[in-house]
Amino acid sequence: MTEPILAVSDLVKSFGALKATDHVSLDLRPGEIHALIGPNGAGKSTLIGQIAGTLKPNAGEIRFAGETINALSVAERSRRGLGRTFQVSSLAPEFSALRNVMLAVQSVQGSSFRFFRPVMLDRSLVDPAMAALERVGLAGRAGIPAAELSHGERRQLEIAIALALGSRALLLDEPMAGMGPEGSKRLTGFLDRLRAEAPILLVEHDMNAVFALADRISVLVYGKVIATGSVDDIRSNPDVRRAYLGDEA
Amino acid sequence: MAMRREHLVNAAIALLLLAVPLWASWAGQNFYVTLATRIAILALAAVGLNIALGLGGLVSFGHAAFFGIGGYVAGILASHAVSGAPLLGFLPGTKLMPVIWIVAILASGFVAAAIGAISLRTGGVYFIMITLAFAQMIFYFALSWPAYGGEDGLSIMLRNAFPGVNTLRPLPFFLICYTLLSLGLLLFALIRGSRFGAALQAARQNEVRTASVGIAPFRIRLVAFTISGMVTGVAGALFADLNRFVSPSMLSWHMSGELIVLIVLGGVGRLYGPVVGAALYVVLEYWLGGITERWQFFLGLVLLGVVLFARGGIVGLLAGRARHD
Ligand SMILES: Nc1ncnc2c1ncn2[C@@H]1O[C@H](COP(=O)(O)OP(=O)(O)OP(=O)(O)O)[C@@H](O)[C@H]1O
Ligand SMILES: [Mg+2]
Repeated sequence: MTEPILAVSDLVKSFGALKATDHVSLDLRPGEIHALIGPNGAGKSTLIGQIAGTLKPNAGEIRFAGETINALSVAERSRRGLGRTFQVSSLAPEFSALRNVMLAVQSVQGSSFRFFRPVMLDRSLVDPAMAALERVGLAGRAGIPAAELSHGERRQLEIAIALALGSRALLLDEPMAGMGPEGSKRLTGFLDRLRAEAPILLVEHDMNAVFALADRISVLVYGKVIATGSVDDIRSNPDVRRAYLGDEA
Repeated sequence: MAMRREHLVNAAIALLLLAVPLWASWAGQNFYVTLATRIAILALAAVGLNIALGLGGLVSFGHAAFFGIGGYVAGILASHAVSGAPLLGFLPGTKLMPVIWIVAILASGFVAAAIGAISLRTGGVYFIMITLAFAQMIFYFALSWPAYGGEDGLSIMLRNAFPGVNTLRPLPFFLICYTLLSLGLLLFALIRGSRFGAALQAARQNEVRTASVGIAPFRIRLVAFTISGMVTGVAGALFADLNRFVSPSMLSWHMSGELIVLIVLGGVGRLYGPVVGAALYVVLEYWLGGITERWQFFLGLVLLGVVLFARGGIVGLLAGRARHD
């Protein structure tokens, strides 16, 4: 079995009396899509936040590419190749789609302390950013401010940013939310191809997408992982059906 | 399209600010030259603040500190040059503007870096309060420090000198200030379009996103705050030379507030916002100040109108919404 690129062990996060993450352990292996499902408020976004570094866990360890990253800042984790998208999309609203991606490219090049050359005339920024937009099918909207993009387009833009970062693993928090069926289908196909490039920890409520994509699924309920397994395992697990899937499976 | 209109508006403002004093000087109305000089200097100070406030979203309520430090650098160096006594026992004073500017830039930049290193660890209202507190500390220090005049301030007997220019005459001094203002505006424009500016503006729009792509906002903001303080510091040195006088009032929170008002009036983050704001402020002060002592009440009304009805300030009103490519 291949070494996991990302491994979370015994993670705990409380908000006051609420245990949003309750001794969670899970990992992500090269080439796979590991789906994280569970009811609203189960703690999925909280878990993603701790892995990405926006939230500090109370206890537990997060390892990425063989190193403990608990003490690293969001920016440092990102530079090591941990890419994420947000459940509520998080972009620079005044910047065009292109400039949002260019910011990621500039970060990868490690060169934010350049004061004079205009970015819009800088091919080494514009070209890779445009290429990332093309990959997610957003090239035609490159000049539109992020605030004016549709919900689904903002999702695509977040993925383009993660791609431009050259991320070695992706944390995607409900990328399908707010997309029409057409968009979801396109994105499903895209993520399917993407997993070879970067394994994906996928939080998603769209079960069609989850069942089509996931190599493994973990089910989170009240901050606890109640089951991990293949699509078939999870579909036939009685606890999971009771807690989350209901008749859908 | 909106962008091209803003270029036209900017060019018109730049020309007007140059043409009026040229005409006034020709017509023998030196008072108007001085008024224009005041506009140019205040505008330069506000251009400095606009780097922090407009591009970085850092609402500094302490930029009077840098303005005043620049002023005191001019005053102190000049006073030592006149008395012949070395500064700190070994540094000679000087009346050469270029040297004074460099010292003003270094001194205000150093203090801005120190204040920024502490205050930028906070955000929002705390940032406003801490920058205010630091500036007030420096204000009280100047007030109670007798060596350079304390609360009476420090006079500069003769305006400092610039090689090859008679700075005692109003028009040449205006042209010096106008040139520095133009350089300040050029710096602002370059930074805004650069990689550094992209990171700075992104951190203002969305701090979490900026960190998520791997750019730590703190260092970007610290450098921006320092540059911002440096530009305001040079303006302070010019202001001291304009008035041939510095006093703690240059360091007071009124001054910090005035700089913010200039930017809000003209347009936050807009290249020529500070210029328009300063022009409006100085003109209102002159016209209304001649009619009523309560001219600031009317300034308040104008400010209220701008905040309520023209969020992009007067430049926004003239040129439409700001666009980033
Ligand atoms: N900053 C916070 N402070 C206090 N409680 C919080 C905070 N963030 C999240 N919570 C709580 O923690 C629990 C888990 O929230 P989280 O957003 O992780 O759920 P989720 O599984 O992502 O839900 P959804 O499917 O609705 O996105 C919820 O009960 C939420 O109210
Ligand atoms: Mg969530």
